[in-house]
Amino acid sequence: MKPVNHKAWFLVAPVLLLVAISAIIPLMTVVNYSVQYVGSTGRFAWVGDEWYREVLHSEKFWNALWRNLVFSGVILAIQIPLGVLIALNMPRKGWGVPTCLVLMALPLLIPWYVVGMIWQMFGRVDIGLMGVMLRDFGYNYEGDPMDAWFTLILMDVWHWTSLVALLAYAGLVSIPDAYYQAARIDGASKWAVFRFIQLPRLGRVLTIAILLRFMDSFMIFTEPFAVIAGGDPVFLSTELKQTVELGKKAAMSIIYFLIILAVSWVFYAVMTRNDGEPTSADKARGGGA
Amino acid sequence: MKQSRFAWIVPALYILFLMTPIYWLVAMSFKTNVEITTRFTLLPEALTLDNYAKVFGDERWRSVFANSLMYVSLNTLISLAVALPAAYAFSRYKFFGDKHLFFWLLTNRMAPAAVFALPFFQLYYKFGLFDTHIAVALAHCLFNVPLAVWILEGFMSGVPREIDETAYVDGHSFPSFFTRIFMPLIASGIGVAAFFCFMFSWVEYLIADALSRNAVVPITTRLQALSQASGTDWGVLAAAGSLTLIPGAIVIWFVRNYIAKGFALGRV
Repeated sequence: MKPVNHKAWFLVAPVLLLVAISAIIPLMTVVNYSVQYVGSTGRFAWVGDEWYREVLHSEKFWNALWRNLVFSGVILAIQIPLGVLIALNMPRKGWGVPTCLVLMALPLLIPWYVVGMIWQMFGRVDIGLMGVMLRDFGYNYEGDPMDAWFTLILMDVWHWTSLVALLAYAGLVSIPDAYYQAARIDGASKWAVFRFIQLPRLGRVLTIAILLRFMDSFMIFTEPFAVIAGGDPVFLSTELKQTVELGKKAAMSIIYFLIILAVSWVFYAVMTRNDGEPTSADKARGGGA
Repeated sequence: MKQSRFAWIVPALYILFLMTPIYWLVAMSFKTNVEITTRFTLLPEALTLDNYAKVFGDERWRSVFANSLMYVSLNTLISLAVALPAAYAFSRYKFFGDKHLFFWLLTNRMAPAAVFALPFFQLYYKFGLFDTHIAVALAHCLFNVPLAVWILEGFMSGVPREIDETAYVDGHSFPSFFTRIFMPLIASGIGVAAFFCFMFSWVEYLIADALSRNAVVPITTRLQALSQASGTDWGVLAAAGSLTLIPGAIVIWFVRNYIAKGFALGRV
């Protein structure tokens, strides 16, 4: 057990100070704006929850929220199984391991705006490799919203599937060999090994992957902005950026932030669930993750 | 476990899919604009370095690269400096409100940048820091400090507490123990945390863009301004875009075994 030491606060103080400036003051300004009306002369007037009601009755807000949820749902449905499939087939030893890790991680380290730019250059029907190839099938992401959706989803799969694959791979290599030996003795099929050994042991990393991918896709702004410059589909962050009235913008920010806060709580619960448990207990517990 | 003989096909196809758009960008950077806009060529017909010459020869391009690297490095330094003691406190002690604080840090890592862009602008404008490197560096601390604390805490918790106790018995003071004994022990953790701070500050666009105007234009802001203007110089954009891949490509080798751990905030 960790000793209780309230003096540890001194060690945390710098972080607290810095993040307070970075987070609390801006957040308070947003709260402040969200309950007031700012006139053209810069005068403030108290309006209570009016902005919140306006946001919650705004069709644009709900549309953006739904689009965001659909987007997150679709990319999770593609990236999670695809990531696991790739991780299962990645080499376990030899030169293939570092090659796979390095090449797969590459998209994760590209500035987000450049990711969008790459896909713009790749997808444009006049100069893009994919755009020119698909042009004859009527593909044009600048004109057709469905094609824009297709491009954005493909881009996100390209950008982030590696994260799922790398997390799943880290989970897979940590499975002790004894499990597989036991399965071989039982004559378990490949599917049985996956279903009853690998998948349960991957439970924790996959939960982390799902939450991370949900969060980041729920906040997506830069990559679609680079590809379609604020056109359709409009996601929540885009809608927020395009809202002009300060009060409405602030109220929308707060609602947005509360949704994120709720998901963060789930995330926190998952992340710290196994903290502080000795690893031997983890092993002794058997197949369940 | 034995994999099928053809297992390699899956990652190979996936890597092919990853490399194709990157190839297109890099190939484009070696083409002339005439070739890009009028002919569809898989390989550059006449390999030209003109686009790179234009990027390196232009003071404005050089300065945006320098600006980005400057605030990213500043941010990495600040984040690590404040995160190291805090992570130690979280990994070693229980104290009043520790769990709440740890959770609150996480919420900042998860906060949408779009929510913070405007209030950040107003805050730093009021302090007279708008359009400075330090403003962007401090603003990026919003998500990088929590990230660094979580990653470092993960690594520190792997170091047995007996080491601390022995050092104190041997007469080390806290600062001397921390810098001479403890930090070398978690050197790889510090490296991983530094890498992820560097990376998340490097890839971020919205906040960096909101906090800069003339003096500190980040590389992505310039790319944005030029790529959405009419009469785009695709060759130069592709060259500058290709150059932004290099920092990531260089450091990736050193952290290849820790990438999953870093993205999972030190929890895998």
